[in-house]
Amino acid sequence: MAEARTATAAHHPDCPDRPDRTDDAYAPYSPVRDGLRAYLMIAAMWIRSTMAYRASFAMTAFGNFAATSFDFLAILLMFSQVDELGGYTLPEIAFLYGVVGIAFGLTDLAIGSMDRLGRRVRDGTLDTLLVRPVPVLAQVAADKFALRRLGRVTQGLFVLGYALTVLDIDWTPVKVLMIPMMVLSGGLIFGAVFVAGGAFQFIALDAAEVQNSFTYGGSTLLQYPPTVFAKDLVRGVTFVLPLAFVNWVPALYVLGRPYPLDLPTWVAFTPPLVGAGCCALAGLAWRAGLRSYRSTGS
Amino acid sequence: MDSHSDSRSDSRSGSRSGSRSDSHFIELDRVEKVFDVRRKTGFLRRERREVRAVDSISFTVARGEMVGYIGPNGAGKSTTIKMLTGILTPSGGRLRVAGIDPSRERTRLAHRIGVVFGQRTTLWWDLPLIDSYRLMHRMYRIPDARYRANLDRCVELLELGDLLDVPVRQLSLGQRMRGDIAAALLHDPEILYLDEPTIGLDVISKAKVREFLRDLNAENGTTVLLTTHDLQDIEQLCRRVMVIDHGRLMYDGPLAGLHEVGDSERILVVDLERELPPIEAAPARVVKVEGPRQWLAFPASESAAPLVARIASEYPLVDLSVREPDIEAVIAQMYAEQADRAEQADRAERADRAERADRAERAGRAGEAEDAVS
Repeated sequence: MAEARTATAAHHPDCPDRPDRTDDAYAPYSPVRDGLRAYLMIAAMWIRSTMAYRASFAMTAFGNFAATSFDFLAILLMFSQVDELGGYTLPEIAFLYGVVGIAFGLTDLAIGSMDRLGRRVRDGTLDTLLVRPVPVLAQVAADKFALRRLGRVTQGLFVLGYALTVLDIDWTPVKVLMIPMMVLSGGLIFGAVFVAGGAFQFIALDAAEVQNSFTYGGSTLLQYPPTVFAKDLVRGVTFVLPLAFVNWVPALYVLGRPYPLDLPTWVAFTPPLVGAGCCALAGLAWRAGLRSYRSTGS
Repeated sequence: MDSHSDSRSDSRSGSRSGSRSDSHFIELDRVEKVFDVRRKTGFLRRERREVRAVDSISFTVARGEMVGYIGPNGAGKSTTIKMLTGILTPSGGRLRVAGIDPSRERTRLAHRIGVVFGQRTTLWWDLPLIDSYRLMHRMYRIPDARYRANLDRCVELLELGDLLDVPVRQLSLGQRMRGDIAAALLHDPEILYLDEPTIGLDVISKAKVREFLRDLNAENGTTVLLTTHDLQDIEQLCRRVMVIDHGRLMYDGPLAGLHEVGDSERILVVDLERELPPIEAAPARVVKVEGPRQWLAFPASESAAPLVARIASEYPLVDLSVREPDIEAVIAQMYAEQADRAEQADRAERADRAERADRAERAGRAGEAEDAVS
């Protein structure tokens, strides 16, 4: 974001002539730190206001949990008819499902409001965010922070827990560490898709559905093993939109399965790098989107 | 982040309280905003067209001034405000607000300005009013004592006491507007921009908002720039008015002068006891008669008092009212005159050119004749 600020102290109206602005009262402007601070502030406010109606929160959170559980229910139903899906057993698929469920759930919780950006551009309320002294991305991301989305994360945790107790894996320290690594870098990759999707909505106002097809659609895709999909699709989500790095590439290493594409083993450890790279690109896209908005006003 | 390098030096000049920075608190120098409008003309075929929303506007506003910025819909008012707040980047020209380049240092400027959009709220729609204020408190890093004092004052003057715990979406338009104004002032902005602050408000709410703004300007010395459709806003608040149309500054001066420039007329509506022939009271002239009611037009620059006194003494007067010319009418008049003048100049020039061409032709023919002779 093209903005720099050396924060100013309040200007005292009773003595307008005194240069009382202490430019060094705060640390120099940093988009990341200030953005994070603003994000937490806004999110905290939404949580407080949600908690004012605890019963309603409990119900919507459970609703979220139940609704997302249907995905796994569908997989269970399939396995009542077959023993394997694409050569994978139920616990293995539960492992894939759990990892992507938690990673996507966390991202959806954190910045799931990004798909409302197009609407904000259309009805002009984005302008009200631009006159505030904090980064726009933080304000958009934290808008209507909905704690009920923890339902999806919880459901993912249950499924992953089930998978880990049933699976027969040769656990090494590296493989154990891979699980939190997958969740975190998966969250980063999904986060980048959310932000890039938001940036795209600056240009195409009705792109929310396109974004949803990548985020929600992508997370559904990753619940299944790559062997059930066409090679070209697998190539696409590996090399173009690297969703495969959320779970497929690292998880197949943990499960001791060969990846359908010919990749060297070390690629399984690259998700954090891929996540960071995606975030950097998404950040650039966001800046370009915001700049385009500020020059065209639509 | 393209402005880190010069933010420091800018902040120095911005906080310097020299006389120039005060008289040029807001400064626009040939500012332009050109939009590229793309229109679909067929499958995959698009037509591109440039629209000059703001066309080379220059003006300055001194610290503590209260200025009205008016014009018809689509004249470029909101675009100007958006450039002054840093929302939009100008396509050309130079723009400074409190010494800051708004588009490059938007967040730094945000601490020094307050913005109220009449058509949309800056408050959090689903949350109680007080939650928005609490968030502003932290977002703008307002010192606690300052925040409390400002909030108390706004709550008292704008009568928000009973509304603080009401979600914003449940507020009436007038209540919401007052809530928005308070939100814009909690961080002690030096400049307050108001985009249509009284649009859609009832008479009482309008009066409250105007009174509050007047006091704010008088007591705190807050610089106020407001756009409006309502000439009464300007009459009651601003000594200076700027008129913009088609992106150009048409007029900049006192409101009274606007009437002179626009050569506009006020209408005196008179109810008589019975039907009578048209009233004779120059310079006013009767423009319409409907039973005992008559409409008289008179120049807006003249006082209505002597006219009313004269009619009251000579005719059986029952009731009367004065109608102000609206902005659209004044501007339309201004436009018509300008077009008129331009046309006259054009005609004069054309006549001049024709005459010269005529003379040249005659001279040429004479020359030919001479040639033929020789």
